[in-house]
Amino acid sequence: MDKKNIKKSLAGKGVVLKLGFVKYHIKSKLPALTESLSVLYDDYHLSDYIGNSDFIDFHIDIKTDGSFGRLFTRQAQFFLDDFAPFNALPKQHAPAIIEWGMNWCVSSQINTHLIVHAAVIEKNGLAVVMPAPPGSGKSTLTASLIQEGWRLLSDELTLIRLDTFQVTPFPRPVSLKNESIDVINNRYPNVIFGPISSDTTKGNVCHIKPPLLSVKNQDVECPVGWIIFPKYQAGATTEFTKFNKARALMDVAENSFNYSRLGVHGFNVLKNVIDKADCYQFRYSQLDEAIKIFSELEQPL
Amino acid sequence: MNFPVPIVILVFSRQLSVSELTEVEWDLLIRQTRKAMLLAKLYYLVLQQISKDKIPNSVWRHLKSAHVHSEKQFNDLLWEIRHLKVVAKNLGSPMILLKGAAYAIAGLSAAKGRVFSDIDILVPFNDIAQTESELMLNGWMSSNLDAYDQRYYRKWMHEIPAMRHIIRGSVIDLHHNILPRTVKSCPDARLLINKSLRLEQYDGISILAPVDRIIHSATHLFYDGELEHGCRDIVDLYELLNEFIQHGETLGSLIERANELGLQKPVYYALRYVKLILKFSVSAEMVNSLNKNTPSGLMIPIMDFLFIRALMPDHVSCNDRWTGLARWLLYIRSHWLRMPLYQLIPHLLRKSYKQLLGKDQH
Repeated sequence: MDKKNIKKSLAGKGVVLKLGFVKYHIKSKLPALTESLSVLYDDYHLSDYIGNSDFIDFHIDIKTDGSFGRLFTRQAQFFLDDFAPFNALPKQHAPAIIEWGMNWCVSSQINTHLIVHAAVIEKNGLAVVMPAPPGSGKSTLTASLIQEGWRLLSDELTLIRLDTFQVTPFPRPVSLKNESIDVINNRYPNVIFGPISSDTTKGNVCHIKPPLLSVKNQDVECPVGWIIFPKYQAGATTEFTKFNKARALMDVAENSFNYSRLGVHGFNVLKNVIDKADCYQFRYSQLDEAIKIFSELEQPL
Repeated sequence: MNFPVPIVILVFSRQLSVSELTEVEWDLLIRQTRKAMLLAKLYYLVLQQISKDKIPNSVWRHLKSAHVHSEKQFNDLLWEIRHLKVVAKNLGSPMILLKGAAYAIAGLSAAKGRVFSDIDILVPFNDIAQTESELMLNGWMSSNLDAYDQRYYRKWMHEIPAMRHIIRGSVIDLHHNILPRTVKSCPDARLLINKSLRLEQYDGISILAPVDRIIHSATHLFYDGELEHGCRDIVDLYELLNEFIQHGETLGSLIERANELGLQKPVYYALRYVKLILKFSVSAEMVNSLNKNTPSGLMIPIMDFLFIRALMPDHVSCNDRWTGLARWLLYIRSHWLRMPLYQLIPHLLRKSYKQLLGKDQH
C-alpha cells in the first residue's frame, strides 16, 4: 500500500498488519501513524480492513482526545477493542504508543509461548537470546548485529513455543533511545528511521526499519543456541564469560512477562532451552568488538 | 433491542454450534467473549463441541492462552484457600466461602474457566472481629485506612473494608451478610449459615447450600450497580442453575427458599433473564409462585429494557443507543436499593467531594 492509501484506510475502516503470527487491525486519524506504517512497515503485509474475511487477533485504535478542555494539549491513547490499558500521552508520542501497544497485546494476552523481555537474532539456524533490563544497550547491539548479517526475530519480545521450545519470530522495528539513535545513524547511514517520539518517559524514542530478509522470513522458527546477557558500560574492556545455567534460568524467568502465569509449563520450557543453549555474560563498550565476538560464536555441543 | 443477539450469547445458550463458524464469526465471538471475561469458559465449551484440529490455529491461540491464565488463577485460589484453613481452624463457628471460591472447592463446573478475583468469606456477625484479627495474624491487612470509609462499611454495609495480603497480594472481602444492613430485604444471615455445608477435606471450611449459592449469585447481580461483568454473572447463574437441576434438585425448592429468605425479587429477575437471554427452561407458573416482593407488571417492561442491555457484554458490537443510559440507570437503582435517601445523599455528596479533591479512587 502506498502512503496515500494507508492514510485513507487508517482514518476510515483501518488497515490490517500481519506481524509474525499476529494480525492487527489498526485504526487512527493521527498523521504520524501513517508516517510510521509507510516508512517502517513498508515490507510487511499491509492491506485494507474489509471486515468480512479474516480472523483478526487484535483490533486496535489510537484515538486522539479532541474534547474542549484538552484543546491545547491534544493527547493520544491506545485502545484494544475499546479498552485502554494505558493513560493518554501527548500525541507526538503516537509512533511509540503504537509500538508499545502492539507489544502489550502479545505480552498480556498470549500464553501459548513463554514470553521473555529479550532481543533475539539468528544466524545459521540458531538463535541468540539477549535478555536485559532497559539501559543495558540491548537494542543498540541488536540494531548493529542485524546490519551485519544476523536475522532479526524480535527486538523486545522473545516468544518461545511451549511445545517445540523453538523461537517464533515477531520481527518489529528496533526501538532506539537517545544517544543510540546517533550511534546507529552514523555507523549505518543506509538504515531507515521512522518518525521520532521526543521527550517520552524513556527520552527520545525512534524506531528503525528491520532488514527485508528478517521480514520475509517472519514465519521461520528456530531453536535457541545461546543466551547472552549483554551489558553496555562506557569505557569497559570487552568481557565474554560463561554464565552458570541455574542462574541464567532464574534471570531469564525474571525477565519474562508470563513465566509465573505458565506455571510448571514455564519452568519446563526454560529448563529445556537452557539445557541445550550456551549461556554467557557479556560486557562491552566497543560495537566493533561486540560484532566480532558474535561472529565467532561456537555452536553449543 | 436494536442490536442483533450477540454471538457470545448464541454460543453460550447453545443456540449456535461453533462447528459451523466462519473466520469472521470467530473474530467477533472472541472479541465479545474476551470483553465478557468468558474466554476461558469458551475454551471448554468449544472443546465439547469440536475437536482441536477443527479450530483455526489463530483462534486456538486465544482460547488456549485464556485457559492457561485461568488455570493459573485457579491454582492461586487453591493456594490461598490452603492458607485460609489455618484461619478457619482457629474460629469457633463456620467460615463460609462464597461465590467463585465456593464453586472451586465444591468442584462445580461453574468454576471451570471462571475468572476469579477477590475471595469472599461469610462469618456470623458476632465473629467479625475475631475473624478479622485471625486474618491479620495471617498477613491480611485492611487496605483502606480512611476513617469515614471504615465507619461507613462497619456501620451500614454487609462487609468490612477489603483486606489485602501484605506479601501475596490476595484480597479478602469479609462479610456477615449477603446484602447491606440498610437494604429493606436484607435476609437473616443465620438462615444461610445454619444451612451451610462443612467440608471435611478443607479442614472445616464451609460453603453455602446449593440453593443458597444460586440465591446469593442472583442477589449479588441484581442488587449490584456495576454491570460491566453482568454477562459473566448471568452465565454464572445459568451454569449454577443447570448444575442444580442435574444434581436432582428442583426449581420448586429454589422458589421455596427465596420465599423463606424474603429474596423473591432477585430470584425473579434471575429466572426471568436466564430464560430470556440464555433460553433456560422455566415455566411462568414456577416464576409466579414467588409469593411476594416481585416487580409489578408495570415495572417489568422497564426492567427488561434496562437489564437486557446491561447484561450484554460491554462490547461495542453489543450496544445500542440506549445501552449507556441503561447501565447508568441501573447504577443509580443499585444505590437507591442499598440505602434510604437520607443516608444515600450525604454519602454520595461526600464521595463526590473526595473525588473532586482526587483522594478517592472509587
